[in-house]
Amino acid sequence: MINLQLPISEAAIRELKMGDEVAISGLMVTARDAAHKYIHENWPDWLKPIMEDSMIYHCGPVVKQHEDGSWSFVAAGPTTSIREEPYEAAVMEHYKVRGVIGKGGMGETTLAGLSKSGGVYLHAIGGLAASLAKSVVKVHDVYMLEELGVPEAFWHIEVKDFPAVVTMDSHGGSLHKSIKAKSDVVAKRLISG
Amino acid sequence: MFQYDEKALKDQVLELIRLAATDLPKDVVESIRAAQQNEDEGSAARSVFGMILKNIDLARAESTPICQDTGTNIYIIYIPEGVGMRRLTALIHEATSEAVDKSYLRPNAVDSITGKNSGNNIGEGQPFIHFEEWDNDYIEFKLMLKGGGCENVSTQYKLPDVGLGAGRDMDGVYKVIVDAVNKAQGLGCAPGILGIGVGGDRTTSHLTAKSQLFRKMTDTNANADLAAMESRLLADLNELGVGPMGFGGKTTILGVKMGTMHRLPASFFVSISYMCWAYRRHSMILNGNGEVTYD
Repeated sequence: MINLQLPISEAAIRELKMGDEVAISGLMVTARDAAHKYIHENWPDWLKPIMEDSMIYHCGPVVKQHEDGSWSFVAAGPTTSIREEPYEAAVMEHYKVRGVIGKGGMGETTLAGLSKSGGVYLHAIGGLAASLAKSVVKVHDVYMLEELGVPEAFWHIEVKDFPAVVTMDSHGGSLHKSIKAKSDVVAKRLISG
Repeated sequence: MFQYDEKALKDQVLELIRLAATDLPKDVVESIRAAQQNEDEGSAARSVFGMILKNIDLARAESTPICQDTGTNIYIIYIPEGVGMRRLTALIHEATSEAVDKSYLRPNAVDSITGKNSGNNIGEGQPFIHFEEWDNDYIEFKLMLKGGGCENVSTQYKLPDVGLGAGRDMDGVYKVIVDAVNKAQGLGCAPGILGIGVGGDRTTSHLTAKSQLFRKMTDTNANADLAAMESRLLADLNELGVGPMGFGGKTTILGVKMGTMHRLPASFFVSISYMCWAYRRHSMILNGNGEVTYD
């Protein structure tokens, strides 16, 4: 298990390899479909200090607001990442984002982007919402809650020992590609059976 | 005439929602446990199952959602003659909104034109409620929460499919299902459970597929041909090696449940409703004395 403390340098991220199991601590931000669309249309400067040398978590949480107005995460597993494929490489390069956490992996454009700008794709376990919410120790802030709604807002969160596996690295390695290549062979055999 | 207490029933439906969101059914948990034992010691697949089982226990113990995507809430409700559907729908809406306040459900209803989230999980077609009248003197509520990740890899084929060499017969049905599961990889939060609808039109084919997901993991299809096809698919699909979360492993699919509908001579649809491992479904029976039992 490799401990990753955010913010993290490009050099440290480039040391990670496909298959590495990591525990992430520090500040990161959630962003999913509507958030990525918004970024792509506006490229806001206010996201720079939040995203630089940090990570994006593809997550639409179940939250609870306390009487003092503060928030906590009740359920917070990853959502499917491939929907952000049209945006992610550009977003990572623009804001110097070092990692994206989600599920299901991403495509060729993102994989090339990871090599170019220095980043990794980290796979969290889908449906692990109760457990992963425990890794979110504090909700620091929320942006665009009114406009985007709870699942789609930018939640600026502090995590501790958030477990994930590097499935796409900055050297062109993708676990998703290699598993798919193997299953394609089996599927072809079964179908032509 | 069947009578019920509205306030009590609202709370009973709220409890049904809480159970569905936080308490994975026993038959599903047992199936996951068996799959874990079947994976190699020290493998990624086995470790993923370990974390999944821990999460299931944690969600139950703390009464928090197993998965943050509390999905489309799909109700199938069987009512005795004379029970009003509009009143039951209103009660379900009330319970749904309260379930959001209690963080059992995520506000999950988004206006397709404006992108605005309704905030209470209620919107056009949400939750989805289907009523059927029956001869029994009690009401049964079946509820399934089906998340977006697995719904997005669900699909529908039209036979013949030239690219796959899939003809208009059960062999063709088999081929398109293999193709769908291979394309899904880990994206639907594998290992999945497949509800399959063969025949019907575009709509009823999908409905047949989804209805299959209300069956128990352990049941056997009453139709011998379908039972044989379910077993064959289960064995073969697990050869794909996609594994839990798509990390590789022996478990790609936990179960296959098939149903049929008569089709038009011109149409031959095969619908595949992919359900994630967080296979959340519970049911509730309300009798005339106001007593409920949950399953």
